[in-house]
Amino acid sequence: MDREPTSPVPERKPLSEGSEWSFELLDLYDRELERVARHYKLDTYPRQIEVISSEQMIDAYSSVGMPVGYNHWSFGKQFLSTQKSYKRGQMGLAYEIVINSSPCIAYLMEENTMTMQALVIAHAAYGHNSFFKGNYLFRTWTDAEGILDYLVFARNYVAQCEQRYGEEAVEELLDSCHALMNYGVDRYKRPSRLSMVKEQQRQIEREEYLQSQVNLLWRTLPPKQAGGQEAAAIRFPAEPQENLLYFIEKNAPRLQPWQREIVRIVRRIAQYFYPQRQTQVMNEGWATFWHYTLLNHLYEEGKLTDGFMMEFLQSHTNVVYQPPYYSKFYPGINPYALGFAMFQDIRRICENPTEEDRRWFPDIAGSDWVQTLDTAMRNYKDESFIAQFLSPKLIRDLKLFAVVDDDQKEKIEIAAIHDDAGYRAVREQLADQYNLGNREPNIQVYQVDLYGDRSLTLRHYMHNRRPLGGTTREMLRHVTRLWGYPVRIESVDQQDKRHLQLECEV
Amino acid sequence: MSQFVDRRLSGKNRSAVNRQRFLRRYKSQVRKAVTDAVSGRKVEDLERGQEISIPSKDLSEPIFHHGSGGKREAVHPGNQEFVTGDQIDRPPSGGGQGGGQASQDGEGEDDFVFELSKEEFMEYFFQDLALPDLVKTQLAATPNVQKVRAGFVSSGNPANLHVVRSMKQAIGRRLALSSGPREALREAEEALEELMSAGRGDCIEADELRAEIESLKARIAAVPFIDTWDLRYANRTEKPLPSTQAVMFCLMDVSGSMDEKRKNIAKRFFMLLYLFLTRNYERIEVVFIRHHTVAKEVDEDDFFTSRESGGTVVSSALYLMHEIIQARYPTADWNIYAAQASDGDNWDDDSSRCRALLEQSILPLVQYYAYVEIEAEEPQGLWLEYEKVKAAHKHFAMQRILTLEDIYPVFQELFKKKVA
Repeated sequence: MDREPTSPVPERKPLSEGSEWSFELLDLYDRELERVARHYKLDTYPRQIEVISSEQMIDAYSSVGMPVGYNHWSFGKQFLSTQKSYKRGQMGLAYEIVINSSPCIAYLMEENTMTMQALVIAHAAYGHNSFFKGNYLFRTWTDAEGILDYLVFARNYVAQCEQRYGEEAVEELLDSCHALMNYGVDRYKRPSRLSMVKEQQRQIEREEYLQSQVNLLWRTLPPKQAGGQEAAAIRFPAEPQENLLYFIEKNAPRLQPWQREIVRIVRRIAQYFYPQRQTQVMNEGWATFWHYTLLNHLYEEGKLTDGFMMEFLQSHTNVVYQPPYYSKFYPGINPYALGFAMFQDIRRICENPTEEDRRWFPDIAGSDWVQTLDTAMRNYKDESFIAQFLSPKLIRDLKLFAVVDDDQKEKIEIAAIHDDAGYRAVREQLADQYNLGNREPNIQVYQVDLYGDRSLTLRHYMHNRRPLGGTTREMLRHVTRLWGYPVRIESVDQQDKRHLQLECEV
Repeated sequence: MSQFVDRRLSGKNRSAVNRQRFLRRYKSQVRKAVTDAVSGRKVEDLERGQEISIPSKDLSEPIFHHGSGGKREAVHPGNQEFVTGDQIDRPPSGGGQGGGQASQDGEGEDDFVFELSKEEFMEYFFQDLALPDLVKTQLAATPNVQKVRAGFVSSGNPANLHVVRSMKQAIGRRLALSSGPREALREAEEALEELMSAGRGDCIEADELRAEIESLKARIAAVPFIDTWDLRYANRTEKPLPSTQAVMFCLMDVSGSMDEKRKNIAKRFFMLLYLFLTRNYERIEVVFIRHHTVAKEVDEDDFFTSRESGGTVVSSALYLMHEIIQARYPTADWNIYAAQASDGDNWDDDSSRCRALLEQSILPLVQYYAYVEIEAEEPQGLWLEYEKVKAAHKHFAMQRILTLEDIYPVFQELFKKKVA
């Protein structure tokens, strides 16, 4: 609730009664929300809010949030399962789809009540939207203006390839690329801007150039005798490469130019979604915090009815519910719950700091909360955000505890709990949990046998002795399909000892 | 302020292509599921959607992920009784994993379940099935078309010239082209009238007016009465006639030896054939002929429900069928299909008569003749005779059905698409 004292109780003049919505009402609510958002200095892209039917919403879900997508069976699978669970009432289609683009596109479902529409506008069109525009990861890695154009380019290109080379060939290629999507991301380099026209122009040049580069690499005649020693010593690539798809796009000997282009498309889309994967807690927490704050602000101004608030709070409460670990519905930590609680908590630390808060957060305790939240939103990702802002009070409120499960020990151990001795450990551990580098196996391109059988060796750098899962063999087949020559993978532990070795022939 | 866009009316089937691709990719699994569903379903129930489930592992999209083992650390909410340093037993079946991993692989065990619409279900059911020599050669070569009126066009042959339309067109053109001169003519005549009434009919002005009137009249007269672009011709386009009509004869033995269960199997067989024909022909008639010692044409209800007892004379039904074809279904207009179900019982000397009838009178008329023998202990007299027919005629097929589950495979076998 907004704690600013509103001394003379304003006359209650609700914007609307009843649950029916109309375009006039949407407009009215949006103006009010915009006014309040401006009051809190939320900076957003232009907003485009589309009213759609539930079927269209299922469509939107199944294309993983891309408003325009190329065709692939996996989106059909997604569609079927979404449709199924929606028909059975297992899931409500609410406010999850919002496109990181400029204008920022959010969807309203026609079946929803006025309350839900206002909630979605506040959550998506103001909350997520301002996050997309402000957060440093999105600013660095995505290009909101160019993405729609690029997706159109991608869809047309894939469709063209299907016509020329057959649906099946394209589908197989996309299967393999999708499998490696998480390994198609540059973590440190900034990608160039996206633009459809440029993309199309460059695509043709690139096609020729790339092919010539690859040819150069593989043109190598058997090394001359004098230089034989030397050639064997040259490692390729000189450094291990983390971006598998990039490496394949540039170096795979047997890919056709059009195949390289499709690898590139999948890679660029993976790059576009990469920030979202790193800011789940923050992004959802931020959007949830703002729909909660904006609507409460309107309520205190007397512009929303009690009925509106009841419906809103019920929905809000469901979203931020965190089942405890022993519940049979425990799915892990709910990013909405954690993110919302953290932003609320930061605001509390700014406005009503306790002695403990002053000790832990001397910089922000008592500062201007709007300013502090804005800084937090702009400059952090989940991992660093938790490491920086998770307070002892919140750890106590959520009763967080850290567990260590070591397969070399008979029992699992409670490493830390919500007490003085444990706050830091729990916080570090939780932050670590959101480090994508820890969640996904660290696999890199290690070596290509340039002068021998052209095989590719991937290296899995083990973390905490954790092995690769059961899909590795299948994954290796996908890599082999792209590489065109045998592919090996080996797991190497921290002592440089090799553990697993698999090989896949063409 | 935000831009609101109403997209409700724009395409809602954006995922249709992807859905089709999914179904195509998992064709074999879906078809297996459909086959199972068909054998378990009631016949009247055939045309509706179906829930299909495919083992999730068959359609996984793999990614690299961590397997179990090694050292894992995780943070969970809702601590009740633990204190730092507690040692706990591992929860069974890897439940102690970190939350992220658990939810990622969590759905691995369940089947992937989705709805197949009625249309999709039936398409799968009928896929790859086509009756041999589906349409009569003659019909296939020159499809029957009917000429139908389709408005008017500005070019055509003289026979199709539409006089009334052309004249209408001409009137319009004449009016349009002459309206200017007419107006001028009217004004000139009025002016001349004025001059005349003023008694100045001989002055120069009046002469000029007269000259102008003459020239205007000439111009009006020069507008052609009818011109080539006035001409309109009646237009006719060719509309393909629903040439594909078929009649399906259902012949069934209802003698005492055909019990309820056998009839049920036969019923399914007929229904499947019927459904298949509805996919391929625009119009289908069905003739039900039941027989014991005598044959009778009946309606559908009677066909399946009535019970008769006594012996069996199969040829009676064949005679009746032949008569009906002669009387009502000239082969030039009808594709004729016949499906016969029996338990194989027949009077001994009748079977050879059946063979003769089939070979001489019936098979030359029909597109396809299918015979199923239901739950016969061992091949009976009729079966042996029919085998001879089969050897000589390509469009005669026969099968034995033992259980309900056999129906669909039998059906497929009978009407398998011919590889060209």
